Amino acid sequence: MLQIESRQFATTHNLFACIQCGKCTGGCPMAVKTTLNPRNLIYRLLVAGNGYDLEGREELWDCTTCATCSSRCPKLVNPMEAVIALRGAFVEKGRVHPNVKTALESTFRHGNPLSMPREERVRWASDLSIKPFGEGVEYLFFVGCTPSYDPRVQQVARSLVKLVQHANLDFGFLAEEESCCGSEIRRLGEAGLFEMIVEENQEMLKAMSVDKMFTTSPHCFNAFKNDYPQNGVQVEHYTQLLSRALENGWLKFSGRFEKTVTFHDPCYLGKHNGIYDEPRQVLTGIPGLKLVEMDRSREKSLCCEGGGGRMWLEGSNPGTRLARWRIQEALDTGAQVLATACPFCLLTLEEALKHQNAEDKLRVMDIAEIADQVL
Amino acid sequence: MAFTPRIGVYICHCGINISASVDIEAVTAFAASLPAVIIARDYTYMCSDPGQALIKEDIEQLKLNRVVVASCSPRMHEPTFRAAVASAGLNPYCFEMANIREQCSWVHPGSEATTQKAMDLIASAVAKAAHLQPLITRQVEVSPSALVIGGGIAGLQAALDIAEAGFQVTLVERAEQPGGHAAQLHTTFPYMQPARELLRPLMERVDAHPRIEVMLSAEVEEIKGFVGNFEASVRQSEEMRTVSAGSIVIATGFEVFDAHIKKEFGYGLYPQVITTLDFELLSAQNLQVNGHSPRKVVFIQCVGSRDQSLGNPYCSRVCCMVAARQAKWVRQRLPEAEVTIFYMDVRAFGKGFEEFYDQVRTCGVIYRRGNPSEILRQGEHLLVRAEDTLLGEVVEVEADLVVLALGMVPRQDSAALASLLKLSRSADGFFMEAHPKLRPVDTSVAGVFLAGCCQGPKDIADSISQARGAAAAAMIPLLRGQVQVEAATAYVEEELCAGCGQCAQVCTYGALRLHPVRNVMTVNQVLCQGCGACASACPSGAVTVSHFTFTQTMAQLEVLLNGSNHQRKQELLPTASLMAK
Amino acid sequence: MSTYDLPNRLEPAALVIGGGIAGIQAALDIADGGFQVTLVERSASIGGRMAQLDKTFPTLDCSSCILTPKMVDVSRHPNIQLLTYSEVAKVSGQMGDFQVQIRRKPRYVDESKCRGCGLCAEACRLNGRVRGDPLTEFNAGIAKRAAIYVPFPQAVPLIYTVDPEACVYLTRGVCGKTFKCQEACTAGAIDFTQSEQLIEVNVSTIVIATGYDVFDARRKPEFGYGVYPQVITTLEFERLASASGPTAGKIRLNEHQPEKLVFIQCVGSRDLSIDLPNCSRVCCMAVAKQAHLAHDRLPGAEITVLYMDIRAFGKGFEEFYDRVRHEGVLYRRGNPSEIIRRGENLVVRAEDTLLGELVEIEADLVVLAVGMQPRREADGFAQAIKLARGEDGYFLEQHPKLQTVESSLPGVFLAGCCQGPKDIPDTVAHAKAAASAALISLAKMRGEPAILVGIGASYATN
Repeated sequence: MLQIESRQFATTHNLFACIQCGKCTGGCPMAVKTTLNPRNLIYRLLVAGNGYDLEGREELWDCTTCATCSSRCPKLVNPMEAVIALRGAFVEKGRVHPNVKTALESTFRHGNPLSMPREERVRWASDLSIKPFGEGVEYLFFVGCTPSYDPRVQQVARSLVKLVQHANLDFGFLAEEESCCGSEIRRLGEAGLFEMIVEENQEMLKAMSVDKMFTTSPHCFNAFKNDYPQNGVQVEHYTQLLSRALENGWLKFSGRFEKTVTFHDPCYLGKHNGIYDEPRQVLTGIPGLKLVEMDRSREKSLCCEGGGGRMWLEGSNPGTRLARWRIQEALDTGAQVLATACPFCLLTLEEALKHQNAEDKLRVMDIAEIADQVL
Repeated sequence: MAFTPRIGVYICHCGINISASVDIEAVTAFAASLPAVIIARDYTYMCSDPGQALIKEDIEQLKLNRVVVASCSPRMHEPTFRAAVASAGLNPYCFEMANIREQCSWVHPGSEATTQKAMDLIASAVAKAAHLQPLITRQVEVSPSALVIGGGIAGLQAALDIAEAGFQVTLVERAEQPGGHAAQLHTTFPYMQPARELLRPLMERVDAHPRIEVMLSAEVEEIKGFVGNFEASVRQSEEMRTVSAGSIVIATGFEVFDAHIKKEFGYGLYPQVITTLDFELLSAQNLQVNGHSPRKVVFIQCVGSRDQSLGNPYCSRVCCMVAARQAKWVRQRLPEAEVTIFYMDVRAFGKGFEEFYDQVRTCGVIYRRGNPSEILRQGEHLLVRAEDTLLGEVVEVEADLVVLALGMVPRQDSAALASLLKLSRSADGFFMEAHPKLRPVDTSVAGVFLAGCCQGPKDIADSISQARGAAAAAMIPLLRGQVQVEAATAYVEEELCAGCGQCAQVCTYGALRLHPVRNVMTVNQVLCQGCGACASACPSGAVTVSHFTFTQTMAQLEVLLNGSNHQRKQELLPTASLMAK
Repeated sequence: MSTYDLPNRLEPAALVIGGGIAGIQAALDIADGGFQVTLVERSASIGGRMAQLDKTFPTLDCSSCILTPKMVDVSRHPNIQLLTYSEVAKVSGQMGDFQVQIRRKPRYVDESKCRGCGLCAEACRLNGRVRGDPLTEFNAGIAKRAAIYVPFPQAVPLIYTVDPEACVYLTRGVCGKTFKCQEACTAGAIDFTQSEQLIEVNVSTIVIATGYDVFDARRKPEFGYGVYPQVITTLEFERLASASGPTAGKIRLNEHQPEKLVFIQCVGSRDLSIDLPNCSRVCCMAVAKQAHLAHDRLPGAEITVLYMDIRAFGKGFEEFYDRVRHEGVLYRRGNPSEIIRRGENLVVRAEDTLLGELVEIEADLVVLAVGMQPRREADGFAQAIKLARGEDGYFLEQHPKLQTVESSLPGVFLAGCCQGPKDIPDTVAHAKAAASAALISLAKMRGEPAILVGIGASYATN
């Protein structure tokens, strides 16, 4: 038994606004492969009277929080947030996958979900002479956990630093002091831990007098922008910053990148925040680069399945990850490079590419890496 | 000087409506070869400005004196082309129409035979055209008053508008009080305004209006006359009164579906099953069932509507929003109550309706898709059994109050009123408008208009706007002060008439009577509608209907039955004609 | 309440703004009642949206067949002054005495000389090259015309107009050595020296019948309208199906006869995510009719309609819906989430909510049932004459039930879809209701000593 007060839940989450049109499920990338059906889930909660048993609803862990459902709902219901809240019921009872438990505990102890020691957070930047953020520094660079620790994504962070330095922007970082933004923690349903993280990070931002910040990851960007209480800090994803730097002539490319590139819209940039143009502006600003679009792009982009805590979870479906379909779509365009602008997307897509044995045809790169090559 | 017909024939493509199955070129060439035809032309849309211009130019330049248009039904465009020839100086009755669309291209596949039939129809029309006679249309004075039948919200509004425009109105209401069904409502949506607040100002204005006479407990028993000069006999208690009116608005409303007919819902058997109408009364008493506030309320939509098993295939248009409003009312008054609405489709179509439906759901009303199959008793409570089609599961929802959202049905006496005024009714039993799109308030009888639900289910807003539309239509002849009288009426050739009176027996308009001195029949040209019943009844052939004379009709038939000599000479044409087959 | 007599007034007259079916009906009724009417239409012809339709259900009358006679009636009515290609520039005064300034846009064609023969259009350099705006153009942007044009062959009045957005001379200042159209015109009607004119009329009452805008389907990017050529709107479908349309009534897309059609309801309606909360009231039956036409003209085609609720509420509607299903049109309950490309065809992805399953429906033609929205210009217009609008953006009536034709201004009445979405019969009834209200005020002014109900100060534009 995992009983929730469904009537209260439905009221809090505005589920009564639902007209059961199915637009959420029809676009849900996971509904294709698993039993996840947001429309049906909402309906069952509505008609359940006062109590609903979540027992057996393992498909709740399949949700990638891609926001396709919430971005399209004609009645402004947010099925994704409902799923996150229902996960909370599992978390409260401690009924979570061991991997999730590890990630949550590690975040609590080490400030990252990757079970990595705090001291190693800056190792990637040891040779880059980044100044620590302090009073008077214009931008805080919020690196994020995966770019700090994952050897593959560290390359992205390094490229990004070079780009921002090249553009002569005044920025600093928090080094070991940086702690997880909590985005994935919140999406795994651990609302309590997330609240704690928010409180600490808010205090830190305030103490450091941060006015402007940019992030490597769209997930961190989204968390600061939308999940945190209003704090006056102007947060940007790095693609927004680079696009502005190009436009204003702060950043200039001297090399050429003679390749056909297609861009995979990260959900937390696109569907969550409507940022579709800036990453493309950076790409088309690179000399020699030819941008082609996949059929599913922008508002219709297909999730890579890396969000919503899915980096640590298989959910109920051990089958083909969406990223592998995505690789096929990229291959169909004839592009040589599949660009993205998100650490999770980069990792899942690259792994899928290996699975497909298509590494001779396609490369997965972050926009920052491509731009770095033509400096 | 002998009259020589000079006929122009105009063949319409009607886009591809005619041209797709009729060989227009061949038909045009054929028409040009017919006797007395000076010119034959074809055009995409004869009814359009350029199409009409073609005819007018030819009348002027080729001195045409008779015109034939081969296109759609004369019901559609005869007035159009009559006006067109009139504007070129020709008498409008010197025009004839051949219907090669409804009676030819639309009902036959594209083939030589179809083209042949079009030719036959045109040849027949041309033959008649040669014998057409100019007729004079006359104007008659209009009685500056109107009769409104029915004192519901539609009738009240129509009466008020006509009176406001300056005319005397008699409003006849059968009940003791005006107000109709709207008076039975407790609140109205979307502002939850009490219905009596809505009605009262309207009723007060009607009451106080110097030009409106309200006759309560009164019924119309007979209506004579015609547009501009109707005479109605109205019975009020034991008295009969004659009311004269230039135009008539019918606003007799509807009846509520009898829920007893749907046995599976147990209305009348289970006290907890009520109708939306009962609910209006209950909500006035603060919604108590057996002294208790209901805790589980289920509404069932479409009771008596969208149900072919009852012969009511139509949607009643109001029940979705009525149930939504009542459900919201329950949620507001009894926040503890669980309210479920079973529906098939939620038809929140009008201005502000969808927004209201959004409000109703968010205040906690549960909409379940499914048309309940039956209601069963379980102890003190009822069980509503249904398939929840969104779950694909049979569900049994407990209820201590079930509200059936009743549909509207035509009034049982509408057949009687229809025959009183010679009105048509549509398949659903409601009065039929002259055209479902463009003439929603007109009837097939000139001067008689429809307002509100007697024409089909409507909510208050739509009833009012249709009532005012009917009022506009009704006040036009009154404002003009005169109307045109049909010119194609019957006349009697007195030297042939024996005064036997057989014609008068078949006349439904009372237009024929025996001349007291000359002992022959005479026709009241104003009452006569030109139907022709008298002409076919007359044993001595003394009665003729203008524009449908013996000579004209025989000329048409001759061509159709035998083919004109000219036509038979055309080697490409087979001999069989349609009517001979 | 103050009442006062008007000195020596002329016969009271009415202004009707908008020449769609609502404006046409209101103008005809007022004129039939014996009053002078000035009918102002912004585009080159009256007829409005209804003229664009192929057939009208449930009788399946051809729309032009029933509308053109009314249009012709307007043009030859002795009491109606028809001003097309004109806009109301300014309104001042009050009920009983409005001064209206009307801007007559230059047609660059002398209305008194043009016979509508079309030789100019044939001669135009751009003949067959001007597409026009899909949202406003008569053929919904699926056909091309010349820079001098009549919107459609049955236009009233049948007078050509130079499109200032397209004409080479008007946009670039030069059209070769000579004007092709001017050379071709035997009536000498082409006149590039024309300029805008302002005329004034004095009226007692005003009927607003400015209609609606069609929803721009590009605002729902998940459906790929404008990206996939196989995705069209219901308005485009009307022009495809129309005998007078660019394909002469053949439902073809680039010569291809569609075999798998999917209709999607509620595109731009009932959708809070794009701030269009209301139901557009007509799309359910428009789709039912189009599905019927498709069934009729594309034998063997698979036709699917994806819907949320079927709102077949009007007289004969449910019966028609019954008929269309009976013909084999498949209704599936589900609001599709997206359309993606798969090979040559498209795939519509939806949850069939009655199956509770995600379905992918292959289609070679997708028709989006685009809804109505308030006129974009309504804002400026409403502000200019201080006319109230509701939250949904449509003009606000005095009372949602009892006074749906009375606007917030005395003497100014609303007719048709400018007050909210309506189908044709409801529009006609509403327009007649507006005419009734207008006739009452006109009759009062004519019949009795004119009485004005006290109203606020005069309102004027600019």
